[in-house]
Amino acid sequence: MKRVYVNPEVCIGCHICELACMTGHSQSKDLIIAFRDEQAQGLIPRNTVDHAGWITASLNCRHCDEPACVQACISGALTKDRESGRVVYDEEQCVGCWSCLMACSFGAIKRHPIKEKIVKCDLCPGSDVPACVAACPNEALEFAEK
Amino acid sequence: MKYVIVGNGVASIGAIEGIRRVDPEGPITVISEEEFKTYGRPLISYFLAGKVTDERVNLRDDSFYQDNKVDLKLGQKVLRVDPENKSIYLENEEKIEFDKLLLATGGTPFCPPIPGADGPDIYFFTTLKHAQTLDGVCKKLKRVVVIGGGLIGLKAAESLFDRGVEVSIVELAPRILSAAFDDVAGNIVANRLKKLGFNIFCNTTAKEIKRETDGRVKGVLLQDGEFLEADAVVIAIGVVPNVSLAKEAGINVNRGIVVDEKLKTSAPDVYAAGDVVEALDFLSNEPRVTPIWPNAYAQGFIAGQNMAGVDREYAGGLAMNSIGFYGLPTISVGIANPPEDQGYEVVTFVDEEKEVYRKLVFKDDKLVGCVLVGDVDKAGRYTGYIRFQIPVTQKIKFHLQNNEPTPLEWPEDIFQQKWNPQARLR
Repeated sequence: MKRVYVNPEVCIGCHICELACMTGHSQSKDLIIAFRDEQAQGLIPRNTVDHAGWITASLNCRHCDEPACVQACISGALTKDRESGRVVYDEEQCVGCWSCLMACSFGAIKRHPIKEKIVKCDLCPGSDVPACVAACPNEALEFAEK
Repeated sequence: MKYVIVGNGVASIGAIEGIRRVDPEGPITVISEEEFKTYGRPLISYFLAGKVTDERVNLRDDSFYQDNKVDLKLGQKVLRVDPENKSIYLENEEKIEFDKLLLATGGTPFCPPIPGADGPDIYFFTTLKHAQTLDGVCKKLKRVVVIGGGLIGLKAAESLFDRGVEVSIVELAPRILSAAFDDVAGNIVANRLKKLGFNIFCNTTAKEIKRETDGRVKGVLLQDGEFLEADAVVIAIGVVPNVSLAKEAGINVNRGIVVDEKLKTSAPDVYAAGDVVEALDFLSNEPRVTPIWPNAYAQGFIAGQNMAGVDREYAGGLAMNSIGFYGLPTISVGIANPPEDQGYEVVTFVDEEKEVYRKLVFKDDKLVGCVLVGDVDKAGRYTGYIRFQIPVTQKIKFHLQNNEPTPLEWPEDIFQQKWNPQARLR
């Protein structure tokens, strides 16, 4: 399956991927409204630009072959989709126990800022390329099969 | 290949999904004593508290068994396993033959011999049936004593409290939650629960359950002489592996069913997974009963793949627990309470006022455990350091202590292996 791959050597730490993720998952699909209004209502990026000295990288869900988050999920909210290979999240089913957040060695799962729910990458279903990859100005993110 | 699975908990689901990755067609029969399709067992506290409805306790879609071509037999007890003749016998005298068998019989609540424990008004809290029973009676309950201040006991206590019942928790250890977490975390949680109105009695135990002349529960007499009035008692001391089927079949059993690195038991073509098993523990590299949810799934998954003919070893389970109380998240991973004088180094950060606590346990140059209360957002990253055995340099240690774990400080080869083979960390 195609996944998002980051190369820290190329990443410039601009955080544009985070903004693109927020916009892509916003109601308005407008960067400014998403950032100024929807963020206050709990919209957050599913990816994280991490810094270690001058090394930076956009870190995100690996959509693992054998996802620890799915194994840990007590409510059936997280499943591994057999056809697409994606780790799919059903917010309705989530009870906010944080088991997945604990189990994911990549730290790819976040707590929703307001609701007792998690937030995670869905690889932007319906788009050919996830919003973060499309927005990266330096091709540090790649959507590919490896 | 004909597969039979005894038990329908998460290990069983892992096994079904493991088998089906390899063998899309071989018939699978699942037999369960319980009368429900698979459900999130830890959700029973959410169910009792009224936070999750009947329909939402399901762990998989309604079509799961059909999609995976599973013949599901609910409410059926397996009487006997005959490994030699590759058959099992049900209570209704049905005989089912197998090519590969998985024992995923889970655990049963442990009930110590307390005088007065036999009779009405005594409850357990490990199955949906137990939760439904409590749900049915809890409107009539005014005061309940929960014996056991571990994960199950506290969750039972919380849901009953949410239903308007006055709850007292009795714990033998000096602190609640001290086994899965540690004293400091237990203390923070205890303070929060006490503020909300829970009664907590530690360092003591139930000496006797007193009953009225009509047999109904009157209260619990504690070892230290205190008497707690109650109309019901929930016993939540712990669970023990449900090994009787395996034992009677002559399968090697220690504390749990003994398995090899492929999760195979001493009987040919018989595997075991989940709370019933004594499987490899990742950190100690020794077999251990670790009855936790993610390990049960992982073991089922690996056992299922092996049953279907793939040759796979179980990497070993990592103990981990996540539990929340009224918005206070609490997580532990790996070794939470290291033994003294064995070369472990413990670093802690506590702000009891703000209910934030962080404890990191190091052995040599590796992180081997953590306890997090309040601020748990980085929990997975700590787990990564533990699970991938990332060498911890002084600089990394400083960042881990400051709640700044990052994969960007992993050695480049591990980063390439886990994140991106072409990545360069520079």
